[in-house]
Amino acid sequence: MNLYDIIFYLFAIITIVSATFVVFTKNIVYAAYNLLLTLFGIAGLYVLLGADFIGIVQLIIYVGGILILILFGVMLTNKITDVPIKSGVLQVIPASIGVGMLAGILILIVTNISWRNMELTVPESTIGSLGMLLMNEYILIFELLGMLLLIALIGAANIARK
Amino acid sequence: MNESTLISLSLFALFAPLAGFIITLLTGKRLKTAYLIENFIISLVLLASIIALFVKLAYYVDKDIVSEITWIDLGIVPIMGKLSIELGILLDNVSLIMMFVVSLISALVHYYSIEYMRGDKRYNRYFAYLGIFTFSMMGIVLTHNILMMYIFWELVGLSSYLLIGFWYEKKSASDAGKKAFIVNRIGDLGMFAGILMIFVTYHTFTFDKIFAAIGEGILPFNSEFWLTATGILLFCGAIGKSAQFPLHVWLPDAMEGPTPVSALIHAATMVAAGVYMVTRIFVMLTGDAMLFIATIGALSAFIPATIALTQTDIKKVLAYSTVSQLGYMVMALGVGAYAFGFFHLVTHAFFKAGLFLGSGSVIHSMHHEQDIMKMGGLKKKMPITYWTFLFYSLAISGIPLTSGFLSKDGILASAMSFGSLTGYHIFAVVGFLVALLTAFYMFRLLILTFHGEPKDHHKFDHAHESPALMTVPLIVLAILSIFAFYTLNPLDAQQGWVLNKWITTPTSVVPESARYPFMVNHETHGSAEAHGQIIHSVEYTESLHHSHYPAMFLSLFVALLGIFIAYMMYEKKKMDADKIAGSMKPLYNFSLNKWYFDELYGVIAIGASLRLTEILKWFDNTIIDGIVNGSGWITKVTSAISGWFDNWVIDGAVNAVAYISGFFGIALKKTQTGKVQTYVALAVFGVMVFYFAMRLL
Amino acid sequence: MSSIGLNHFLIISSILFSLGVFGVITRKNAVMVLMGIELILNAANINFVAFSAYGGFPVKGQIIALFVIVLAAAEAAIALAIVLNIYKNFNNVNVDEIDNLRE
Repeated sequence: MNLYDIIFYLFAIITIVSATFVVFTKNIVYAAYNLLLTLFGIAGLYVLLGADFIGIVQLIIYVGGILILILFGVMLTNKITDVPIKSGVLQVIPASIGVGMLAGILILIVTNISWRNMELTVPESTIGSLGMLLMNEYILIFELLGMLLLIALIGAANIARK
Repeated sequence: MNESTLISLSLFALFAPLAGFIITLLTGKRLKTAYLIENFIISLVLLASIIALFVKLAYYVDKDIVSEITWIDLGIVPIMGKLSIELGILLDNVSLIMMFVVSLISALVHYYSIEYMRGDKRYNRYFAYLGIFTFSMMGIVLTHNILMMYIFWELVGLSSYLLIGFWYEKKSASDAGKKAFIVNRIGDLGMFAGILMIFVTYHTFTFDKIFAAIGEGILPFNSEFWLTATGILLFCGAIGKSAQFPLHVWLPDAMEGPTPVSALIHAATMVAAGVYMVTRIFVMLTGDAMLFIATIGALSAFIPATIALTQTDIKKVLAYSTVSQLGYMVMALGVGAYAFGFFHLVTHAFFKAGLFLGSGSVIHSMHHEQDIMKMGGLKKKMPITYWTFLFYSLAISGIPLTSGFLSKDGILASAMSFGSLTGYHIFAVVGFLVALLTAFYMFRLLILTFHGEPKDHHKFDHAHESPALMTVPLIVLAILSIFAFYTLNPLDAQQGWVLNKWITTPTSVVPESARYPFMVNHETHGSAEAHGQIIHSVEYTESLHHSHYPAMFLSLFVALLGIFIAYMMYEKKKMDADKIAGSMKPLYNFSLNKWYFDELYGVIAIGASLRLTEILKWFDNTIIDGIVNGSGWITKVTSAISGWFDNWVIDGAVNAVAYISGFFGIALKKTQTGKVQTYVALAVFGVMVFYFAMRLL
Repeated sequence: MSSIGLNHFLIISSILFSLGVFGVITRKNAVMVLMGIELILNAANINFVAFSAYGGFPVKGQIIALFVIVLAAAEAAIALAIVLNIYKNFNNVNVDEIDNLRE
């Protein structure tokens, strides 16, 4: 157990526990705040994997953007006067069994396959090389994503306005 | 000025009209003045092509400039070998002269149309169409490979269709558009087959590579016959586009379009594309193919000329005259007079565009009256139109001091020497006959329109000279029809710079055994070689020289004779036109009804389909019905057997199936809840089932 | 030497994925379903980054992760617009009551 391990387990526990709260709590606002914690934990994991830029982007876009959007969704679609904003649940028992099995299977697969055994490679700083790749090899996808965002923006505005 | 500047100028002249088309089309609905953008762009194009032409002729007169990019590189393909398709432009004298002609006439027609089309409800769209037409015509002119030429070929077909049917509310206009498109398609089919033949044999579309391969002795299917066939198939495209016999029927109907369009597309440029294409493939034509081309050209020169004698619609006369003159050019190419054929294309483009624009000016001032029998006396009212029209008529009739004389005389001399060398005198005879007819019908048109007494006083009183935007193009084109632009000697074009330096006949690459005998050069002629004209033998050069003066005097004589007859008949009324028509009633009707070509095609197409339906009917009555009746009997017998089988075995099975599916339906109904989440859950469940299935297997 | 390997990250992402699926299946509220989807996307993202970090090509996987984040943003915007629309039409956002797909 060295420092890396301790930090890893810290973030892993934050992620898993808060994600569990997200899906099990009945109060939507609680769920949203737990999602914040989950995303934060995942950002930590990214940093541990050497993806510093992705970690930062995760915080900025997810926490700063998507989560805020979701909170707005909650506020706009529930009668605020009912103080506990609750979400009902459906078929919890069969779903728990099914998803439990799914998780079991996934973990089984992951642990039983012998992955190509490579060491963790941590580049110095990824921002520069990411920028180069985005502007050279992936320029088409990059432009397409820009277009997609624009379309999504117009589409969302149009749908919500009706 | 270096070569890359020249290439950039040409590329600008090619793509700027496309930009004009897009901009004008997109902004045309909102922006009332969008047409000015198109006019501005075409002015720039004209400027660019003038500069390009001057640079080419001044610095690179003997050099062909090619610029190409690889469009598709297929690498090594099985059977075909290494394969790539290039796009590119070829700048030689012919293409740059043609580019100048196209952009000049296009620009003049643009300016002219500003006035002529004023008040039309699709004003801006009209200019947009002119833009795409100019773009595609430039493409045909500049391309260095036959694939691109075919693409642009179809594009001019499209723009011609759009412009003929521009007033599509009129049924005759939309019908004419369709007719032009479909008739052209028949010719293009042949051209497409020819292109396929070339690609299969030479694995390339580029002209230079094809010619080089033919020069090395590679022939389609290793036979000269198939080389002839390829040439004729490619020429089929020209038959359609240049309205040659027997596909000439679309051009007169195309006069339903606006008159400036007729001047641009159906007189000067697009219909000349066919002739231009023949000049491009000239070096790969065998003697047989050229004889075929000459025959088609002679037929299309003669037949429409006789039709034009009796037509009364001013534009129809000019349309038939166009077909006839195009036939002249094709015939010239067919008899081996490459330079004269192309020269006539250029001169004809100017004066025929002028004639159409002049007729447009008349039609405009007469409030869209096109019948020459209702005109007359317009000379005083419209002096500029009259004098330019007169000059064009002199040019097309072949009177000295005009450009038309130079080119026409050259063609006739070539036809004569061709006759004396090969024995086919018929081409020269047809040439002189057509020259006579041309002079006659042009002056008949001129006299009936501008001289004499006005027949429709109401319209005559309102007639007026057209505004400057319409008369200036007329004057410009008339100036360009003066001999001095082409040669200093008004009687012989051979000594001028156009034919001496600019347009030189290329060397044929066809095997010598397949050429005309006189196109094989046995002994090198010193002075001819210096000019690069080594394709003709010495006999041909001498024969052409000998036939020059006889041809000149004879053509001058027939032209003057034609004018004289027309003058006597319509101006002095010494001969009664109606009486002559009455005395030759069958011939007159034959000509008036355009040799019954439309009816003939109607009968062939409709008669053939009627015949086919009769055959099909017989087939139906005897064979199909017999089979049906026989099978009816068999069915009766088998149905008795199967009826028993049905009642017991099938019904039992069906009921069982129904019961089983009903059972499952009831069971599975519960899964179709319409809730998205159920479906997600089932999908997850499905993934797990897959996993276990994979594990067990 | 650290004992953490590729498998650790993969296990975390598996658990996150399963939790996401659970959220999507069991929650009534459409917004909660969206949160589940975000969890699933993040699980996939962890996989991308982890595989690229341990596979010897560290930056390319991150690019894909970046694209996924962008897509998630677009998806969230559209989905919330749809949810708002549903709310206007049905006056609630409970996905189990919106079963027009059955008809």
